[in-house]
Amino acid sequence: MMWAIVLLPLLGALIAWLVPDNRKRTFLLPLFAAAHLAMTVLVLVRTEPPSPEGWIYLDALGKLSLLSNSILFLVCATYAVGYLNYRRLRSNRVLCTALLVCLSAMTLVTISQHLGLLWIALEATTLTMAPLIYFNHNARSIEATWKYLLICSVGIAIALLGLFFLAYSTIVAQQEVTLLLGSLIEDAPRLHEGWRHAAFIFLLVGFGSKIGLAPLHTWKPDAYGEAPGLVGALLAGGLVNCGLLSLLRVYQIAVASTEGALFQEVLLGMGLVSMAFAAVFMAKQSDFKRMLAYSSVEHVGIIAVALGLGKAALFGALLHMVNNALTKGVLFLSCGNIHRAYGSKSTQFVRGALRRTPWSGALLLAAFLAATGSPPFGPFVSEFLIVNSAFVEGNYWSGGLFLLFLALIFIGMASTVLPVVMGKIPRDIDKTPYRDTVHTVLPPLFLMGLVLLLGLWIPMPLHTLLLEAAGQLGGGK
Amino acid sequence: MNALSDQLLVLCLLLNFAVLGTSRLAFSVRAVALQGVLLGVLPALIHPFSWHLALIVVGIIVAKGALIPILIMRAIRKAEIEREFQPFIGYIPSLVLGALFTSLAFIFAARLPLAPEHEGLLFVPASMATLMCGFLILMGRRKAISQVIGYLLMENGIFIFGLLLADAMPVMVEAGMLLDLLVGIFVMGIVINHISREFSSVDTSRLSALREE
Repeated sequence: MMWAIVLLPLLGALIAWLVPDNRKRTFLLPLFAAAHLAMTVLVLVRTEPPSPEGWIYLDALGKLSLLSNSILFLVCATYAVGYLNYRRLRSNRVLCTALLVCLSAMTLVTISQHLGLLWIALEATTLTMAPLIYFNHNARSIEATWKYLLICSVGIAIALLGLFFLAYSTIVAQQEVTLLLGSLIEDAPRLHEGWRHAAFIFLLVGFGSKIGLAPLHTWKPDAYGEAPGLVGALLAGGLVNCGLLSLLRVYQIAVASTEGALFQEVLLGMGLVSMAFAAVFMAKQSDFKRMLAYSSVEHVGIIAVALGLGKAALFGALLHMVNNALTKGVLFLSCGNIHRAYGSKSTQFVRGALRRTPWSGALLLAAFLAATGSPPFGPFVSEFLIVNSAFVEGNYWSGGLFLLFLALIFIGMASTVLPVVMGKIPRDIDKTPYRDTVHTVLPPLFLMGLVLLLGLWIPMPLHTLLLEAAGQLGGGK
Repeated sequence: MNALSDQLLVLCLLLNFAVLGTSRLAFSVRAVALQGVLLGVLPALIHPFSWHLALIVVGIIVAKGALIPILIMRAIRKAEIEREFQPFIGYIPSLVLGALFTSLAFIFAARLPLAPEHEGLLFVPASMATLMCGFLILMGRRKAISQVIGYLLMENGIFIFGLLLADAMPVMVEAGMLLDLLVGIFVMGIVINHISREFSSVDTSRLSALREE
């Protein structure tokens, strides 16, 4: 069953590669995504025992990320049918195949308990995204692809060295050599200190560049800005979640060892720096898709801060991981629609989206409110939990800075988003045939509904799952 | 056996300098390929024979010694360039820095707490020196192909360290890593091809349209 859920999207990818018809091929995406979600729910409900060697096991953290990835992918896949209908002249063979391979790799990340296997899957997600970012085949997108490919490949290579150091620390400590998560957590306090220390630093830098934690985020604005909307949504929601999960695995080992406090402090620092970067660059962005990249840097920062605070904030961190994935989906898909309607993503020309594309404009506005942590949406709840725990634990400086950056980011993002949504439509813009349709509006609308739901009421099974996952990170209520 | 493996590692270190000191891309690719073959032979020297091992050795030699060089050579042919041109860090400074990093790697590795069975072997210093040389090429060269060569050197450096851990790396994981590397180079080759078509050059300093205004 566990292998089936990884192999199913691969089968879909193979079929997508073989189907000759450009239009029919797109329908494979929602078909396989729906099957994947169905299987995800199935493995979530009946917990399967670990595989004989203990490599494959879906624990609470994995379940959380698998669920949010699967939902986001289904939404993006449904949207893709409508989107690719506008791009009939361009072959989507590579796009459909790479998307499904990426789904398979993302699934493998969530179920791996062997860090080597996890690394392979994570590298595979990085590589499959490269042709997707390059979908538009122009000079700007190739520049973005090259930067993304080089920085992320080097980052992931550094993470591999970190993994090797971790394995070597078991040799020096005369323990059995292993990269199995369970044994590493068990042996964590006995591992050789120096090598373990180096391993944590390399892993943080490696996975940090994958999720775009400042100052390792430089590829993000380019890649997010040039990729099609649905690819941006998957990068910011799906791949970031996979990278975060990998970081959480390291976090599990760090907390179990004596170095938990130091690791947390570094995460707290990097998180605050990320939020500061986002606050500075978000204001007066002239390209609204690049702005979304800084919003992603901000939210990764928020999660890092929460991980740094630990204890009760961990619940907030995990909830925010889910909220962020869903909100980013709405942001990127609605921005993609607006981009299509105006044929530009410069805030100079794109104004008054609420009148030209009422649905996408309204969705962007709602998602902006959600992403900046306004009630009654999901991110408000998770951010509130994090701030609350910061003050309860007496971290007044961190909590204060956190609130300050949130306020600055709200103002910065508003100064970009509000004119785009509300402003007056410029007279001299090109006419494009794009109008909001069911295919391109319903998927982000559905996600927006989920974001709202998570703000009002967290379903009991999800609550239990979040508590269990927070417990794995050494927190709990 | 250990003496032989040390000699091979010294050869790897010399190949780093060959790459650092040349402007000819085809020569660099061959040097890295040769390094890859040497790295493929190494596991056979330090571990007792098993089918698992034989599989890894053959896999590494085929991937690093044949497939990857073929992919890069194809990119070089399509882009119609032969040499690196005006690198950010010149060849002589590169060589000097490479020598500096290599000696630092030796000094640093001597202070590291190693497992008793690995004391006095060249694996750790060779790994770090190769990693740093890879970084140097990655940062110091303009052409996209040179940057790929730098990335490969880096990977080789990490790989040398991984040789100490063959027990922790099951054959599936090793194979997966090689496959990832192979696909990575394949994708990079395609992107390079498109860069040269779009910009009529593979000079990455021309990739500067995307920035904050």
